[in-house]
Amino acid sequence: MGSRPPYPRSFAPAVLSPLQSLRSLGGTGRLARVSDVMISLRHVSKTFPGGTAPAVGDLSLDVPRGEIVVLVGPSGCGKTTTLKMINRLIEPTSGEIYVDGELATSVEAHLLRRKIGYVIQQIGLFPHRTIAENIATVPTLVGWDEQRIAERVTELIELVGLEPEMADRYPAELSGGQQQRVGVARALAADPPVLLMDEPFGAVDPIVRSKLQEELLALQDRLRKTIVFVTHDIDEAIRLGNRVAILNVGGVLEQYASPAEILAEPANDFVAEFLGSDRGLKRLSLIPISTVDLDPGPVVAPGGTVEEARRVMERYGTDWFAVVDGDRMLGWLTEDDLRGAATVPRSGRRFRAWLTRSSSLREALDAIVSGRTTMAAVFDGDRYLGMIDVDTISREIVR
Amino acid sequence: MIRWDWIGRNLDDIGALTGEHLLLTGIAVAAGLVVSLGLSAIALRFRKTYAPITWVTGILYTIPSLALFAFLVPITGLSILTAEIGLVSYTLLILIRNIVAGIDGVPPAIKEAADAMGYTRRHRLWAVEIPLALPVIVAGIRIATVTTIGLVTVTSLIGQGGLGALILRGLGTFYSPIGTTQIIVGTVLSVILAVAADVSLAFAERVLTPWARRREAAA
Repeated sequence: MGSRPPYPRSFAPAVLSPLQSLRSLGGTGRLARVSDVMISLRHVSKTFPGGTAPAVGDLSLDVPRGEIVVLVGPSGCGKTTTLKMINRLIEPTSGEIYVDGELATSVEAHLLRRKIGYVIQQIGLFPHRTIAENIATVPTLVGWDEQRIAERVTELIELVGLEPEMADRYPAELSGGQQQRVGVARALAADPPVLLMDEPFGAVDPIVRSKLQEELLALQDRLRKTIVFVTHDIDEAIRLGNRVAILNVGGVLEQYASPAEILAEPANDFVAEFLGSDRGLKRLSLIPISTVDLDPGPVVAPGGTVEEARRVMERYGTDWFAVVDGDRMLGWLTEDDLRGAATVPRSGRRFRAWLTRSSSLREALDAIVSGRTTMAAVFDGDRYLGMIDVDTISREIVR
Repeated sequence: MIRWDWIGRNLDDIGALTGEHLLLTGIAVAAGLVVSLGLSAIALRFRKTYAPITWVTGILYTIPSLALFAFLVPITGLSILTAEIGLVSYTLLILIRNIVAGIDGVPPAIKEAADAMGYTRRHRLWAVEIPLALPVIVAGIRIATVTTIGLVTVTSLIGQGGLGALILRGLGTFYSPIGTTQIIVGTVLSVILAVAADVSLAFAERVLTPWARRREAAA
């Protein structure tokens, strides 16, 4: 069976958001090389009263300033306990935690917490307060004047993508996704340097979750907060984290590295198993097309002979070819289209899937597979760059 | 049967007794609320105290009012203080139970969020927990108020009583036409007071909890 044209029926996003492109840029290079540590856990342990084994035992972890660190692991791995020890909702049994260079226990808990944003799965908005009042919680507590609070609330409502007229509504009048946006706005209100997020997108449906994840990354591109994010979903961890800490039961840190490193070299069997059997595919989502060599593909210039087109199709084993004038992609044609023609015309069917240099290899694979072909066209704006084929992608999986 | 002419001649007196009735009730519920908030705060902060607090207030609640007044008169005399001690002690069980239940009913995630935002424990109680518990607390205040309005009539036996004094006077005449009128006027007015107080508290709750109404509208 011959290959078919490189357009998928249901295709990968035709236009990728700037955010996705930005995220995809450079697997390991994504880790900013900052030595500056925002949160430091030193030999922290927690045993709950009546508990036999520690929930967290001797955990040391540094969270670099301005990065998203995701704590991920199975239930009972102490990830939420670890998170709550940072803002002292749970006090450690032993060990020290430093936030921005200061010992967390050196200030009163409620003062510490006003400098640490907190977002939880159940959202926890105050139902008796309007959206504006909810967002204004911490600024009010720390004593900002009314004018400043009002301006900040307006700014945040826009920042998290809510409508201004929602300000005077009550939480119960909003959808789950909207409520969680308010939760994020409330956490950001007093501009804390640190944000703690405990499975914030766990209770919304997958489509909303994906959108909220994307928005969080866009927000982070602008705000550069230090974020500690807890999830049990490894895909979410890989998507969001600059670094991922994989925890085992009892708060044992199994691996702490960038998603690309973890996927490429799982530290042990536990990590490998936790990543799942589709680890190779997951890795592909971190590698942008720009890092691999593209093939010119089965292309013929307009005015080329029918013979030439046939040779190209034979060489690539396809039953179609692309008409390319310089770096302009005019479309694709099949052998049938050439019947009765002497030369290749200046036109063709439009490509519907446009992969860009910043699309990931996983998106490329998706485009190829859904198009039931072996290669997909890559563009930089309107400029045709070349084709990416299945062989190239599979080489990256095993690399 | 009712001597309307007597009512006409004694409107000032009836009005004064009604005012006294309301005052006795108001003081009792207000003082009861203050004491209950204090005891509830203790019960919420130190959970082990909740059971003893409900035992004691429960026992107070079961003492017959007449017996309680008979016990108090040798100590505090035939005074408004005696009346209020009795009336307040009957509000405690209802109010404390509703305050504690209301605050216990605030979802843990909301309390955790309040802590994480940097509320102190006391500030959280006033700014978050009490407002959210308000519907349950107001329900308790309504029951306590209606109960107290009925009980105030009994305090006529120790020289107080508001409209109860009118009823007592009527009883003393062995159902003369004027006496019967006094009984009926005292009874009807105290029932009207109870209904009016209940309705206005319900209205006050609606005004104080606009968010709860919006939720109904959204649901």
